[in-house]
Amino acid sequence: MLGPADYVLWFLTALLEAGVVLCALKRHSFRRYLALNIYMLGSLVVTILRFWVFSHYGFSSAQYLYFYFYSDALLTVGLYFALITLFSYVLSELQTGRYVRLAAIVLLAGTAFFSYQVIQQSSDRMLTRFVIELSQNLYFVGLVLTYLLWGAILKLRETRAQIIQLVLSLGLYFSAFAATYALRNLYPGLHLVWGHLPQVIALSLPLAWAYTIWRIPVEARLAPARLAVVSR
Amino acid sequence: MMAGVIFVFSAAALLQFFISYCRSLIAASSKQVLSAEVKDVTGIQRFASGDDFKRVMQLLQLCPERPEDRNSVQAIGAYFSLLNFLRSTIARVIPSLRAWTESERGQCAYFAAVALGRRISFSRDMLAQQMDA
Repeated sequence: MLGPADYVLWFLTALLEAGVVLCALKRHSFRRYLALNIYMLGSLVVTILRFWVFSHYGFSSAQYLYFYFYSDALLTVGLYFALITLFSYVLSELQTGRYVRLAAIVLLAGTAFFSYQVIQQSSDRMLTRFVIELSQNLYFVGLVLTYLLWGAILKLRETRAQIIQLVLSLGLYFSAFAATYALRNLYPGLHLVWGHLPQVIALSLPLAWAYTIWRIPVEARLAPARLAVVSR
Repeated sequence: MMAGVIFVFSAAALLQFFISYCRSLIAASSKQVLSAEVKDVTGIQRFASGDDFKRVMQLLQLCPERPEDRNSVQAIGAYFSLLNFLRSTIARVIPSLRAWTESERGQCAYFAAVALGRRISFSRDMLAQQMDA
């Protein structure tokens, strides 16, 4: 059974996802961050559809579980491509767009192959296990890629404040989810990790993106070297 | 074993991204000049000290909350707690880290003062709207 806190978090998630898109439209940034906004719109649709499936079939139903995990995998792939577009922004001056896209597809295929290798011993519900495994692995791959992107930002002295904050918030999101999944595998009985924590982490991304798009002007600049934990 | 390695790497990355994200929020506000009334109320002139943070946060909580500021103020509050933890543990034996935490705590206080300025003008706007209506 879901409690009031779950409903509040569910409603807040939908509200914030819609908020990101509205902020982007209001600030004329929808096309500038097209992939990020499409991802947020997709997340909003999935949030609404999950609620619909939940209200029709119940939280513990097979329909809800299947819908949850399959939609989560699709959203993770979507976020992965949104991250790749941030690579394109940062590396735009190096004219490496084609190589970045190619590397992204190869890495995605590699992650899918690795996920398949992990679950191929399972005899039942192979596709569902594959989808869950792929989703978990993509969070970690996303974290490594965001880390590389942050390194590229520091190295190339990228100064656009919006890009910097979008990348950092994505890094927070990926690392929090990757840590949560790892902790869940280490301690399957730890209910805090599988209770409200993922929902709270899921809120952080639309919150940070809405803040960035709404409050940080497009022309704002930051010295990224000042933000690094180890000063450069 | 693998999950443990992933957890350690993810937690380290989370900490690093969190610090960098908070510093990016602080950097965005550090260029803003405090209004005369915020200077009067907080006693902060050009530079803030870490010891001002608690007092400025108390003042901040007296003002009506601006929804768009809530996230960043909470993040900086958590960052300030992290800095306090570092200051009372590792920084005791590493003088350069102590100087760094002091400087960061001061910048957190300046960030809170800038947020206070925004909330004061927000409250004033709300009051003006109510007077007009």
